[in-house]
Amino acid sequence: MTAPIDMVLIVDLVLLTLLCLTAVAIMLVRHLFAVVALTGAFSLLSAGLLVTLDAVDVAFTEAAVGAGISTVLMLGTLALTRRREARVPKLSPAGLIIIFMTGATLIYATPDMPKFGAADSPGLTHIVPGYIEGSEKDIAVPNIVTSILASYRGYDTLGEVAVIFTAGMGVIILLGRRREEEYGYSEESAAFPLRPEDSSDDPNKDKS
Amino acid sequence: MVDALISHYNYWLIIILMMLGLYIVVSRGNLVKKIVGLNIFQTSVFILYISLGKVSGGTAPILTGKPETFSNPLPHVLILTAIVVGIATTALGLALVVRIRESYGTIEEDDILIAERSQEVSEPNGGTV
Amino acid sequence: MRHHLVLRVVAKMLIPFILLFGLYVQFHGDFGPGGGFQAGVIFAAAFILYALVFGDDQARKVVPDKALILLVPLGLLIYALTGFAGILLGGKFLDYDVLSSDPTHGQHLGILIIELGVGITVAAVMISIFRAYAGRTKAIDKEDW
Repeated sequence: MTAPIDMVLIVDLVLLTLLCLTAVAIMLVRHLFAVVALTGAFSLLSAGLLVTLDAVDVAFTEAAVGAGISTVLMLGTLALTRRREARVPKLSPAGLIIIFMTGATLIYATPDMPKFGAADSPGLTHIVPGYIEGSEKDIAVPNIVTSILASYRGYDTLGEVAVIFTAGMGVIILLGRRREEEYGYSEESAAFPLRPEDSSDDPNKDKS
Repeated sequence: MVDALISHYNYWLIIILMMLGLYIVVSRGNLVKKIVGLNIFQTSVFILYISLGKVSGGTAPILTGKPETFSNPLPHVLILTAIVVGIATTALGLALVVRIRESYGTIEEDDILIAERSQEVSEPNGGTV
Repeated sequence: MRHHLVLRVVAKMLIPFILLFGLYVQFHGDFGPGGGFQAGVIFAAAFILYALVFGDDQARKVVPDKALILLVPLGLLIYALTGFAGILLGGKFLDYDVLSSDPTHGQHLGILIIELGVGITVAAVMISIFRAYAGRTKAIDKEDW
């Protein structure tokens, strides 16, 4: 093993261990505000891991989206719902069986996968040299990821923007604020109040 | 065996991470916790795909004028799309959780099932979802 | 947030730089890490910071709802129209070679325009989603936390 692989290996191992510990902490902690903070930490650690795997665009997006937008949305949801998990989590045997079987099947399939860091894997030699060369000569854009995203696989990106648009429309339809002056009724006179009532939102009263 | 361990160790660690996320989805009753577990599962799948594309001794796929080996840029493109679709799903899921809370008064799965089965929905918006 | 003076001053100083960084990431996506999605999210983060520190009503005056509702489909429309422009000029759908006399220049132009479309839609959608949540939030008492 040459020196660069050793360093990558050590950093990978440390970051993956920290990720696993964060996931275990998210599983066990009951206070949902702490869970959201841990999710932000999880996103940040995975962004660091992605940088060591040479995926700088993906790390950028993961840090911005995971640690930024996702945390804000979850905090907004917590402000509208409960702040604690109601039940003490106990071990679920059916869940354990499912994950052991799924995990065992996946691990059984890994020896067929290319070695970590292999330079001759089929995914790398089939069409990617054409993209790299085309990005240099035909398109003349230094960022190969952008040239594939926008030009070679531009149709997929169009579909992705449509997905974002649909999700935005969905959230606006589900949660969009209704205004009194537009719809002609106010909260007090409405038959169905638009806001959750305060009485059932007591964090000290756990439903057991 | 040791050779397989060294060359595939990271896949196994990532699969363990995936299974942790899946366990959170399956075993916890709180809906927000389920969505968080789904996020963990998604992120570990992304890391799996990106680690498939890493080339040892390679660098980030940005042309600099010097001849060098690049890591595979194609998984990066696919995972970029997947991250954005993941946040869209999370936003919609959390919006549904908010509406469920307003309709049923709870976000614990067991309480919702009880409320549904007994046909009495304990909240102010009776009948409207 | 009226009495959080440090937050308000620092936010006022930071938001222009965040917006500037978002613009930089948008237009330098060709030369380094970046592109439409990252820029859209950073743009939205600046507006979300403004809404958090200065209040939802003030934020609605700065970015009106009607403008947001127009911006959300605008990016998607720009993207699709660029594809159709390829057909109108004699090529295939989303073919950038025909957008200009020189194919390479046409590719640059096409990538620039569609990344702009992507950035606009992502920013508008993220701000709208945040606003949908914030518009429904009731004020939280200190004891609840």
